[in-house]
Amino acid sequence: MSEQMKKYETPLLDELEKGQWPSFVKEIKAAAEWNPMANDLLGLLERSYREKIGHWKHGGIVGVMGYGGGVIGRYTDLPEEFPHVSHFHTMRINQPAGWFYTAEALRTLADIWDRHGSGLTNFHGSTGDIIFLGTRTEELEPTFEELTQAGFDLGGSGSDIRTPSCCCGMARCEWACYDTMKLTYFLTQHYQDEIHRPAFPYKFKIKCSGCPNDCVASVARADFSIIGTWRDEIQIDQEMVREYAKNGVDINKEIVALCPGKCIEWDGNTLKIDNSSCRHCMHCINVMPKALAPGKDRGAAILLGSKAPIVEGAILSSVIVPFVKLDDEDSYNDIVELIDAILEPWIEEGKNRERIGEFVQRVGLGNFLEAIGLDPQPEMIKHPRTNPYVFYENYLEEE
Amino acid sequence: MADTVKKRITDIGPPHYEKFLPPIIKENYGRWKYHEIPRPGVIVHTSDTGAKLYTVRAASPRLLSTAKIRKFAELAEKYSDGYLRFTSRHNVEFLLTDPSKIDPLIQELEAIGHPVGGTGNAISSMVHTQGWIHCHSSATDASGVVKAVMDELIDYFKTMKLPAKIRLALACCLNMCGAVHCSDIAILGIHTRPPKVNHELLPKVCEIPNVVASCPTAAIRPSTFQGKPSVEVEEEKCMYCANCYTVCPAMPLNNPETDGISIWVGGKVSNARTEPMFSKLAVPYLPNNPPRWPEVVQTVKKIVEIWAANAHKHERVGEWIERIGWPKFFKLTGIEFTKQHIDDFKHAGLTYKTSVHLTY
Repeated sequence: MSEQMKKYETPLLDELEKGQWPSFVKEIKAAAEWNPMANDLLGLLERSYREKIGHWKHGGIVGVMGYGGGVIGRYTDLPEEFPHVSHFHTMRINQPAGWFYTAEALRTLADIWDRHGSGLTNFHGSTGDIIFLGTRTEELEPTFEELTQAGFDLGGSGSDIRTPSCCCGMARCEWACYDTMKLTYFLTQHYQDEIHRPAFPYKFKIKCSGCPNDCVASVARADFSIIGTWRDEIQIDQEMVREYAKNGVDINKEIVALCPGKCIEWDGNTLKIDNSSCRHCMHCINVMPKALAPGKDRGAAILLGSKAPIVEGAILSSVIVPFVKLDDEDSYNDIVELIDAILEPWIEEGKNRERIGEFVQRVGLGNFLEAIGLDPQPEMIKHPRTNPYVFYENYLEEE
Repeated sequence: MADTVKKRITDIGPPHYEKFLPPIIKENYGRWKYHEIPRPGVIVHTSDTGAKLYTVRAASPRLLSTAKIRKFAELAEKYSDGYLRFTSRHNVEFLLTDPSKIDPLIQELEAIGHPVGGTGNAISSMVHTQGWIHCHSSATDASGVVKAVMDELIDYFKTMKLPAKIRLALACCLNMCGAVHCSDIAILGIHTRPPKVNHELLPKVCEIPNVVASCPTAAIRPSTFQGKPSVEVEEEKCMYCANCYTVCPAMPLNNPETDGISIWVGGKVSNARTEPMFSKLAVPYLPNNPPRWPEVVQTVKKIVEIWAANAHKHERVGEWIERIGWPKFFKLTGIEFTKQHIDDFKHAGLTYKTSVHLTY
């Protein structure tokens, strides 16, 4: 990198070095001091700011040998003016579960990327991967080789199982109702082939949240959402409840009145919960974490189908398994069995770019449950149908 | 020499997370009892053994140079035995066992431009997408808008004085890599004009049946242009979602004059009190005005501050609006209600008001 780098004037971007929030422009400039790709990115971005339009061409199919996913091809539409970003491909690197790192691991990643790419990263991308932002096609394979030698691998992209992600779970949270990091690691390892080699109608995302607070937004952002919950009694330390009351928590106003199951009573001395009406929303526990805790019979609910608007509109995941224990290898294998059962009809009959949530709405949840061998349960719906247009297929068999 | 040729390794997956957990976490894994937030940006977790873990949370722009990665590594070695993590909202967290190191770490983080906060009833970092830094379909930049908004709202990141937590997010087009559709306030880049079909290019790079099938409103049909196969767009049916552009590069929608930003409010993913909900349209269109998007910044700030002044304790933006009703939301914020706020996609009828539960 000994050649003289072009110096770009960036009056618009310079405005974004001001202010208290950490500046991405400073980060690009730090890399641009020595890296020609980062330097040309700076020039190109200033151009976008001036013209109010992006300067990236529609992707292209690039990758590492034997993988179909993990690399997003990217080329600028101004390669003559900004030759060092003529290729600017992104690599997605599967993050360690829970996004924990050692200083040593971070330096290893930084060293690899300094040798092969732009010196710019995202910690992390929206799905959870470490993002190496911008390199040339010929650098992909050498980067991949160094990554795998260091124990890292690529994540998903395109129509495959995307890199699963999870909250920090039992590592640093008292509310984790199952071991989110362990299950995420297990599923990621189990589905390596499906993560690296796209073969589905569209993407399929898996996210593991340890409790109904859902810190990884699995209900909104995952096709397959595993959300921790419990089914016995909320654990109460009455002494600590009184302590909270003494320290200014208005329990009737802030807890009792806001309980969606209307199942809490407070007489100024004892907190009573009718757990049979508890909806496991977490509110009372969130407000008084030293006094209340999820019960001891913990597990998860499984919901299916959430996605952003493209194509047929946004969908939230909906319940397909109201409760499952997740405390041994057998229960993990049951999850794999369920995922495989869900994937099968979708791979077979899903349309191009149809997510599982859209597929289920097209064929009907009732029919879908039948296809994957689950019994219909009232927990799966907000309310039964309000129209009388009911199918009775039995007569077809009787005739 | 043949014996030095390394075997190509594939499909190993990520490193096992246990390699990166500090001893205090390994010892107390699954044994944490409760947590406290003694001050903004600092969380103390206490285990049933009595062990205490001090987390210091700092803002990050998500886009980090390798130099900054190394700086974080250096800080982790100096203050948290070489261990750190990142959150689902791109914050960086240092995991301390020695509380006397909290203050010096915070000072050092602030000195390098990474304010500490984002805990409890605060605005945490904004989940966001790539924008003009890396995306072909973006209708606006991502990092720049986030920077401008957070510079203005920084006080709410560094304190915990809001009625409840509030989650901001930005996606630079309807693909929503940032999945902003369940955020308290979502900033969404939008196109507002139909694609311009490049008839020369289209038959070379696109499969016409795929392009036709990609349209959610059936606005695209096969056609011929100067004897060559192509498609035509029934423009009045197009709502500029850009799904056709995603499957076919010959249908670009990006337009510097008419692309812009919409603002959505009232979504949440947590189950606390109320069920998860989608964000709903508050402002259909604001112009792209780099480098600091003042119209967007002021609109977001106004919504945050009117919510903060009117919401009950623990009430998220969506819960507050459900209580007061949408007419009052528009009245309080001064945002104009227009035809565009009324849904006309699938199941639109479910969003019409079917009672006289009205406030006057």
